[in-house]
Amino acid sequence: MNTSAGSDGFAVEASGLTRRFGDLTAVDHIDLRVPYGEIFGLLGANGAGKSTLIKMLTTLLPPTSGNAVVGGFDIVKSPSEVRGRIGYVPQLLSADGALTGRENLLLSAKLYGLPRAQRSARIGEALDFMGLADSAKKLVKTYSGGMVRRLELAQAMLHRPAILFLDEPTIGLDPMARHSVWDRLRDLRRDYGMTVLITTHDMEEAEALCDELAILHAGRVAVVGKSAELRTGLGAGASMDDVFAHYAGGGIGDSGNFRDAVQTRRTAQRLG
Amino acid sequence: MNRFLRESTAVAEVELIKLVRDPTEIFSRAVQPVLWLVVFGQVLAHVHGIYTGEVGYLAFITPGILAQSVLFSAIFYGIAVIWERDLGVVHKLLVSPARRISLVFGKAVSAGFRGLVQAAVIYLVAFVMHITLRQEPQAILGVLAGVLLGSGLFSTFSLIIACIVKTRERFMGIGQLLTMPMFFASNAIYPLDLMPGWLRVVAQLNPLTYLVDALRGLMIVGGESVHGYATDFAVLVAAFIVLLMVAVRLYPTLVE
Repeated sequence: MNTSAGSDGFAVEASGLTRRFGDLTAVDHIDLRVPYGEIFGLLGANGAGKSTLIKMLTTLLPPTSGNAVVGGFDIVKSPSEVRGRIGYVPQLLSADGALTGRENLLLSAKLYGLPRAQRSARIGEALDFMGLADSAKKLVKTYSGGMVRRLELAQAMLHRPAILFLDEPTIGLDPMARHSVWDRLRDLRRDYGMTVLITTHDMEEAEALCDELAILHAGRVAVVGKSAELRTGLGAGASMDDVFAHYAGGGIGDSGNFRDAVQTRRTAQRLG
Repeated sequence: MNRFLRESTAVAEVELIKLVRDPTEIFSRAVQPVLWLVVFGQVLAHVHGIYTGEVGYLAFITPGILAQSVLFSAIFYGIAVIWERDLGVVHKLLVSPARRISLVFGKAVSAGFRGLVQAAVIYLVAFVMHITLRQEPQAILGVLAGVLLGSGLFSTFSLIIACIVKTRERFMGIGQLLTMPMFFASNAIYPLDLMPGWLRVVAQLNPLTYLVDALRGLMIVGGESVHGYATDFAVLVAAFIVLLMVAVRLYPTLVE
């Protein structure tokens, strides 16, 4: 396969991407293609390799072997070009509570090198888009969880990235805030054509928001597909929870020791 | 260069805004140097326990206490970095296209603001206690330069430790373990001449000694820099650059 040919059509294209920590292989020869304009979900139990994969794709962690092209650039050879084309929202609420919403945005604008003349217009646009214009001058520590998340989305969209990476974007949010974050993500795709890649544990989120899903297990891609396909593939009446349990190695109790989990699963397969 | 300045100013500016908005930290940090001068300094000056030549002991330790408070407020700076790491702020910064050197340098500059506040506190206490200090503008500018450089140097050192230990618990232990020896193995509260030979060797490898030496010449009326300002500042600048280079390498590993 010619790796450069596919990079025009895919926002993310990983081939043989691998990361080892000592003798633990957190991500094991992953091949993954995310088309431009999709909302793509990465699922998997704790320790399945989601975070490590995201860290590599966002250039925070160099791969042990293999490679990935993100936004048309090689994550190993051109990390700064990749960084200019992606936005990232970490799992925890990471906006600075001691600053106002606008000050948080201004910091991002400067770090992303937005020209001075454009800053104020872009910040205003992002605040409007996220419904935060009225709270722009308030300290972020007075924001609700949903508002902080939307502010972080505003920070991540400021430089119009081609691809947005979000780590568990709605974890800890109430249902209202959760739906409003989903709406914003859909709007970002619709209005700016952004590709969105999220990790999630939430089957409702996976089904409601994502066009396509990849379920990771033990550092490998167990299955890729649309949620409806994955469900029908398991048989009539299967829910997303069933799909997850089937591919991700059986829900509760698996999140302990990584190797034990793998061992348990192998035993289960033998017995089953 | 332009980009480097823009990015590091952005990082430093944010810290300045936060410091101005919530200055409680400044006041709590001011307590320790005041205690050293008012209690420790006065008692030792009274008993004439340490011979410091024609300069009185209080005047002698004033620059030492400034250097100490620069060290102490900068060295716990790594805790803030670990906190930022736990929140995902460091991830966010590192995913941005900003250069790593700008991020690290911006942090060092913001530590400098705290150092400058410490300097203002020391001058104020000295004034109240009738310790006469040099008032020529060039001497004061020299003090400010030394304080900025020292703050940058020690905060970057702290950042490096944070990148190595990665957790707050371990950092607290190591922070304590490093600051007191660095303080006592320096010329901050007694001259190098009074030290046993081995300690003098250690003190001469300690960047704090050069900061104190420069400040002593620049702050005390009739004081002098033993090593000469050129040596003092050259050592501080060189140590700062080396630490920055190490920190730029290590900072990204904080999120791995």
